[in-house]
This record gives sequence, structure tokens and C-alpha cells, in this order.
Amino acid sequence: MNLHDSRSARLLADLEDLSRAVGVSGAEDEVRRRIVDKLRGFVPADQIETDTMGNVIVTRPPRAGGDDGTVVMLAAHMDEVGLMISFIESDGTLRFKKVGGIDDRLLPGKAVRIGPKGVPGVIGVKPIHLQGEDERGRVEEASQLFIDIGADSREQAERVVRVGDRAVFEAQWCTMGADGVCGKALDDRVGCTALLELLRGDYPVTVVGVFTVQEEVGLRGARVAAYRVAPSLAIVLEGTVCADLPGREPHEEATRLGDGAVLSVMDRSSIAHPELVRVLSGLAERHGIPYQWRRTAMGGNDAGEIHTARGGVPSASVSVPCRYIHGPVALARLRDLEAVVRLVETFLQELPETGLLQRLHEERRCEDEPWSRR
Amino acid sequence: MEQEMSLEGRIARLSEMVGPSGHEEAVREEIRRQVAPFVDDLFEDSLGNLYAVRRPRGAGSGLKVMLAAHMDEVGIIVTHVDDQGFLRFAPVGGLSASVLVGQQVVFANGTVGVIGTEPLDDLKDLKMERLFVDIGARNREDALQRVQIGDMAVYRRAASVVGRRMVGKALDDRVGCAVVVEALARLGDSSPHEVYGVFTVQEEVGARGARPAAYRVAPDVGIAVDVTASADTPKARPLPMALGKGAAIKVKDNSVISHPVLRRLLVERARQRGIPFQMEVLDRGGTDAGPIHTSREGVPSAVVSIPTRYLHTPGEVIDLDDARAAVDLLVAVLQDEIRL
Repeated sequence: MNLHDSRSARLLADLEDLSRAVGVSGAEDEVRRRIVDKLRGFVPADQIETDTMGNVIVTRPPRAGGDDGTVVMLAAHMDEVGLMISFIESDGTLRFKKVGGIDDRLLPGKAVRIGPKGVPGVIGVKPIHLQGEDERGRVEEASQLFIDIGADSREQAERVVRVGDRAVFEAQWCTMGADGVCGKALDDRVGCTALLELLRGDYPVTVVGVFTVQEEVGLRGARVAAYRVAPSLAIVLEGTVCADLPGREPHEEATRLGDGAVLSVMDRSSIAHPELVRVLSGLAERHGIPYQWRRTAMGGNDAGEIHTARGGVPSASVSVPCRYIHGPVALARLRDLEAVVRLVETFLQELPETGLLQRLHEERRCEDEPWSRR
Repeated sequence: MEQEMSLEGRIARLSEMVGPSGHEEAVREEIRRQVAPFVDDLFEDSLGNLYAVRRPRGAGSGLKVMLAAHMDEVGIIVTHVDDQGFLRFAPVGGLSASVLVGQQVVFANGTVGVIGTEPLDDLKDLKMERLFVDIGARNREDALQRVQIGDMAVYRRAASVVGRRMVGKALDDRVGCAVVVEALARLGDSSPHEVYGVFTVQEEVGARGARPAAYRVAPDVGIAVDVTASADTPKARPLPMALGKGAAIKVKDNSVISHPVLRRLLVERARQRGIPFQMEVLDRGGTDAGPIHTSREGVPSAVVSIPTRYLHTPGEVIDLDDARAAVDLLVAVLQDEIRL
């Protein structure tokens, strides 16, 4: 990887920018704004729309002469896990609820930013000096914790914070090692970054890129987006679990940082379309694009809703392994992000030659399709 | 000849096919062979759902009726192959570690394995992560000749008939598939309805195939045909279902409340024709009727069930008379007018 290469430099800059943006499920505004700003630099305005839930839908027509009606949907979710202010105590401290899956062990003592104005706060914790024997080593449940914004009273707190405001971990960004990137919300700003890059391309099929909302609370944006787009097939771009850590058994690591793009066979939300996955792994082999299998069946992503939309959509996921996701900082490697972009780009360019579309269209029928006769 | 297969033969044969969720190919091909002589159209969609269509006969106000039975069964998926050639796995659908230990499993390519466990200090440590499949490989390379990460396996077990009952794997829901095939075969020229026999994929992982299938068919009425828990074993939870009491007409489970008019129609037809039936109330679990009844603008749906003991084990037990009653009931309902 060469950071002077324009793609690498762009991926790095976009990822940093999007990682720093705040977008807890249902309040993805800042992420959406930054994505749309970037898109406007290379996509005509009439190809960008935002639906009622806030999904950004970018329709890229095929290059001249190639249109056979095939629509490939690429999806990456804009939202991140976070907190929501649920009550303001009389002493000015804030109670909160978790939005999406966050490990309670990661909360105490962390700096957070609250609401659209980014009010600083810290998740309060009793100093270790004052903890009794029984308190040490125990994990306080999120419902027992509070955020301290330095206010002395409810009235003071209410001037800057409202119930319903989202909070996120304070953004910290750095690069480390040869191509390591460290920041919050890499799940799924790595996918958003890859999708932005892919939408710059010129392909033989229609590509609809969807930046979805509310994935972390149940794949909600993807459901309406897939219905609207009605794609021929779909690829979800994700930041996925990685536990290649000391003390873990090899069969428990799920993915390995630096080993390339991650192909899924099955998770809790979907079973990837076998033929589509075969085409993806075949292309990776042929073009020497590093890839690895996702070696767990846990987790879920937007493919869960997309693959059962309308009459069914063959779907697969291509992911970037990220250590420590759903925490204050995750760690990923640019080479994996680049592998994801290269693999999906290659797929889109070579899709007509793979024979996949013909096989899907045939549907192994006896006669013509009754639903097309309606 | 397929046409002359008995219901019992259909169930046994289907139960022995390998078809974990998402990889129902072998089951689909077998059903295709069995059902082809009795239908006017036969096709599948991109997720693998199989549609067997019987056009309405005669003039009249027939409806479009979707019968759904799922082809998939629970299984395991390979997540890791170690240096010695042992396979680690995750469950596909609802499986318990305690049932898996010591079982033989078989992959789609015929590879047979046995499930072993790491040494455990306490039975409470018996978790899926501690189990592995031994396919007799000498090492990792040898294992990878036969099995890849992502491949799925199912229980290896032949079906056998014991008196009026059948024991086997995957009777959930191959008995439902066989019942739908048999009902389509028995309809002859007697139904005013357009009947879609839909053999769905991926029910065991969340009724995922039925959702696009229902969207595609856009039926007026949906009837899922599936197994239900049988509560007639020692100290079973207090539920009404028992083997041999007839076709079970579902009132509710966790995915659907059967449409009351349709449910009453099923009961009425069973009474009129003297078909043995029982009412089913299930406190957990779901079927394809879940996504079907909320498809598009809503589809009045019901479920005809076959009570089954020891669900999701290699030794599921049904009473063949219940399966027969289920066929009779479906045929009875489809032969007459359906008024909602």
C-alpha cells in the first residue's frame, strides 16, 4: 500500500472524515451531510436522493450500450451505536439508554459528546480509592451509570442538553503501524468509505449505492430502501467482527486483520446467496485480491432485510475486519479496505461475463414466469 | 413410478435428503420429481423456493391459495478447520449441544462425520464451541479435500416405520412437503382454486424464504403445513397436541394467529368429512405463516400441523395417520368454495 497513491490517500481522508462524524441510529444527519457533500463532487445532483427515513440513494446508470436492466444494490450503513439521554437528574447529571449493542464494560470513565452541538461529557465512575472490595472488578450496568456534563442543576443541564439527544464516544483518530487506522464508528464508516469510492466508477450495469440508516437497531433503513430499489442482486459493505487476539483459540477469531476482504457464508440475519459468493471468491482468486472467510455465524447486517425484499434478492456481504467494534475506538487496516473496494469493483466490471445474471434469470424454469404474465 | 408413491414413501424419502437452510437443492430436486406429474407449472426463484402451480378447474369464484411447506432442516455450518483436520462449527437453526454429541452427520457431497467434544470437567460446560466434527481426516489439507469452510451438514439417519409411526430426521418439515405433494396429487380436477404449492427455503433460520414467496405469489389465502410440538411424552409442558389425534389446526404460535374465519372453515370441513383433527396452541416457535400473513396488504392465513415428538433431533417421531388426516383436510378445503 502506498499512501501517495491517490486512491489510498482518498480512502484514508474519507474514512477519517466519516469516522469523526456523529451519527447514532436515527440521527445520522452529520454523516449524511458529509457523504452527500462528497458525492456532489463527482455524481450529478439528480442521481442523489434521500428517502423519508434518511437513506441516501445514489443511482449510477450503466455506461453507454450496456444496459440489460440489471440493478446491483450496494449498501453501507451510516449509523453507529451510541447512547440516548433518557432523564436529567435534579443534580444535572444525565441518565441514558444504549442505542445498539454496546458492552457495559466499555462505558465508565469515557469522554462523550452529546447532541447536535457536541456538548462534552464524561460517563461518571466512582474513583478506585473509594471503591469497596466488592465494587472492584465488578461491572456496573449501563442503567446505573450517568453522564456528567459539569452542570450543577437540572436547569443548567437543560440549557445545553435535551432528553432524546444522542451521545457518542469522543472521536479519537490516529494512524498506526504500516496501514493501521484507529477511530470510532469504523462499523460501518469503512463500508461508507468503500461505497463512496465505488460510486466513482463506471460500470456495465446500473449500480445503486445506498447509505442506510438504523442498521444497528434492526436493519430498518435497509428494509424500505431494498423495497424501493428492487435490485437484481445486492452486496452489503460492512465493518465486521475480528477477534484475532492473544489467548483466543484460532477457531474463535472470526476474521484476521490484514488478511483481506471478508466473505460471509452465514450470520444471524442471512445466508449469503451461494452462487453470488462463489463468483466473488472466484474473482478474488483470479485477480489475486486478498480475501478470507468470516469464520463465525454470529452478528447480522443489512443483507438480512435486503435478501427477503419483494420477491427475494440474491445477496452477499463483503466486509473489512475491525477489532474492538462497538467500542470507543476500533482498529482496521487500509489494505483490507482496499481489498474490499477492489473486489467489489472487479465484480461490478465483470458481472456480465460471469454468467451469474443468466443463471439467475433462468431460474431453472419449465416455462416462462407466471408473475411476468400478470 | 413417482405417481404411485405412497404418502409414507414420500415422507421417508424426503426425510433422508440432505437440505440444511440455504442448501435445499437435493430436497428441491426430489420434490420436483414427485410433484411434476400433478401440476400445470413448476418453477423456482432466485432464493430457491419451489413453486408448484395447479390451475383452477371449471368456472366459478376460485381464490389463489398458497400452501407452504419448508424444505430446509436444521444443521451445522463449518467455521474453522484446524491443523489436525477437525472441523469447528456453528448451528444452523435451533440445535442443542447435548443432542449433537456423538451424532453422525453428513455433508451434501456425502462426507460423513461424527461429532466429538473436548474433555469437559462439568456437563454444564457442554457448549457448541467445545464440539467439533471428525471426518476421519489425517490433517487440515486432507480435510479440505472434502469439506470447505461454510459447508453445511445435517444428521445422518434413515427413516423407519414403527407400527403406525415414523421415526427419522428432518420430519420437520419433510412431512409437510410430502403432505402438500400428496394433496396436489389428490386434487385431480376437483378444485376451483388456483393452488400454489410452495416449498420454501430457510424457515429454520427465521422463515426467510416465505416472505419473498408470499410477495411473489400474492395469494388470497395462505396455509402453512408444518410440524408442531407434541406434548404427550412424560412430564411434557401442558399443551393439547398429541400423536394420533389427527391433523392439528393451529390457533396461534409466536409468529401468527390463524385467521379466525379460515380456522373455523378448517374445523367445519374436518367435522363434515369426518377427518380426525385436534386444536393446536403453541406457546413458542413460528412457521412460514408468520411472514405470509403480513405480506403485502395482509393475507388471511392458517396452519395445518403434524404433531411431532423430539423436534430438531435425529429421532423425530410422527404418527402417519396424522399426516394422512392433514392431506384429507387440505383436499377437503381446496375442493370447496372458500368464503372469508
